[in-house]
Amino acid sequence: MASFMNRHADSSVMVRLRACLWSGKSPSPVATWGLLMILLAVIALLSLLFGAGAVGPDRAWLALSDFDAAAMHDSEAHFVIGELRLPRLGIGLVVGIALGIAGALLQAVTRNPLAEPGLLGVSAGSAFAVTLAILWGADAATLRISVAQLGALGGCLCVLAAARLQGIGNDPVRLILAGAILSGLLHSLSSLILLFDQYTADEIRFWVVGSLAGRDATDLMPLAPSLALAALLTVILARPLAALALGEHVAIGLGHHPRIVRFLVIVVVALLVGGATAIAGPVAFVGLVVPFAARALAGPDIRRTLWFCLPLGPIVVVSADIVSRLVVQPSELPLGVITALIGAPVLIAVVRRRRLPML
Amino acid sequence: MTQEAFVYAPADDDSAPDIATQGLSLAYGNVPVIEGLELRLPAGQVTAIVGPNGCGKSTLLSGMSRLLKPRAGAVLLDGADIQRVPSRELAKRLALLPQQPHAPEALTVAELVRFGRHPHQSWLRQWSADDKACVDEALELTGLTTLAERPVDALSGGQRQRAWIAMAIAQQTATLLLDEPTSALDLGHQVEVYELIRSLTAAGKTIVMVIHDLVGACRYADHLIAMHQGQILAEGPPGETVTADLVRRLYGVDCTLITDPATGAPLLTNVRRTRDVLDGSAT
Repeated sequence: MASFMNRHADSSVMVRLRACLWSGKSPSPVATWGLLMILLAVIALLSLLFGAGAVGPDRAWLALSDFDAAAMHDSEAHFVIGELRLPRLGIGLVVGIALGIAGALLQAVTRNPLAEPGLLGVSAGSAFAVTLAILWGADAATLRISVAQLGALGGCLCVLAAARLQGIGNDPVRLILAGAILSGLLHSLSSLILLFDQYTADEIRFWVVGSLAGRDATDLMPLAPSLALAALLTVILARPLAALALGEHVAIGLGHHPRIVRFLVIVVVALLVGGATAIAGPVAFVGLVVPFAARALAGPDIRRTLWFCLPLGPIVVVSADIVSRLVVQPSELPLGVITALIGAPVLIAVVRRRRLPML
Repeated sequence: MTQEAFVYAPADDDSAPDIATQGLSLAYGNVPVIEGLELRLPAGQVTAIVGPNGCGKSTLLSGMSRLLKPRAGAVLLDGADIQRVPSRELAKRLALLPQQPHAPEALTVAELVRFGRHPHQSWLRQWSADDKACVDEALELTGLTTLAERPVDALSGGQRQRAWIAMAIAQQTATLLLDEPTSALDLGHQVEVYELIRSLTAAGKTIVMVIHDLVGACRYADHLIAMHQGQILAEGPPGETVTADLVRRLYGVDCTLITDPATGAPLLTNVRRTRDVLDGSAT
């Protein structure tokens, strides 16, 4: 009898836990969010401690605990942390936030849970534009960013134009197919260029699979203005975007302007994806996995989803980056490979759900 | 509850909205649906727009709620062209409930109703005590207070429609435009929604609804507008407007009209297809 009671209690706990996870009615979203922030802090610390090189966690820990003194007695650890791992962590944070938010926004605006910047050809548009720019002799970081952002915007508009065609807009999977075709086309074109141009190929080879390595903190500075603009627009657009989830007509009835909102959201997505792509290359699936988890924790409202993307994006990117340094020591796997390994199963899980949730 | 049970309180003339159309022409793409329509809707009453499929009644409602931009003419709200009123301002005066709206999965009733406060909020002026009071009042009026934390998609059809109407109530507009608020509901849920609409009018709101159910329109509307091929065939109180001849011209059916002994509303009986009236000769 007692065991029966226990089992009963267990199952009701499970039911409530699942209800919390899937209905979006977490008993305290604020507490969940706080836990995620703590988790992010831990992962950030780990990313400073572990690396592919000679500086192991023990030396890194000693150097971190008294960073100024480390400059004297362990200058190698001081250098590795200050000049390599710290900038890399910073870039991981920025890229994670940018891709997570961009994915959530793109999914809200297309009302399609599969709309991921990488899958829809937004990143490919960005990468193609950068390839062209390098081919034509550009290499200044600032130029590369604006070029990547313009390319992202082009990719976005192409695939959304395809989505407006009869039938595709209503079917999440067909939109992804349209995006995959665009991605494939742009990748082939990029490869074609690389085949004929050795300099561009060298410049771009590592970049094109996505990586946080070999970047330094100054790479981030040119990104700041466009990221600040994207952040401001996101804050302003969150409310009307939430209303758009109720349908175009309801949103108009509430005094919003869906067309303007949609266009501005696309601009924000292009700024974020273009910026992240310029700095880390096309990192796939982060824009799918992060909003997927954020929605499971936060429920359907895009405003809460965006809040949860803030810690979840960097958690995914920075932990993927740590893994990428450790699996094939002393060399490294590109980050894009790891995120694809995490992302593909999530994509399959989303598609396999009998009814795709309409956003 | 019978109609007599509602306390009918006509809104005073200063605050009641005045909705009219002036030479209104509406089209979808290049297909004109309505041409040069002149219309004035009574304030503080329930107006039902009826007519056969494709007669332009939903188009008219789209024009009145600015979903559709007129080709010519204007929709006037208190004398001002609604195309010239800033949309947030308009949303404080005119609420719209489209046909069969869809709520995102797991959105709760309270969350849905809170959206109604959007026109009153801004980026700087977020959620306030005033907003909360309005939401609570809307839930109270629609009898959904106890269901506030339930997901909208877990409700019955009638409750769901009441939740959407609650959202429109929270907008605190003088006018409510409803596109077929009862068309997907069974009889019990229809009556639930109709009675809510009556109680809103009793509280002073002007309601305009497009509706398929002619019997329901006769029973619950104060004012009836019968449309056919973009034209208004008849308008006025249902008891004076609905005739067997009108029903034949609208729908191509013959019927016997009697007066409902309980409510005094016209009642259609013995409805059958008219054999000798060809399509198009109705106008």
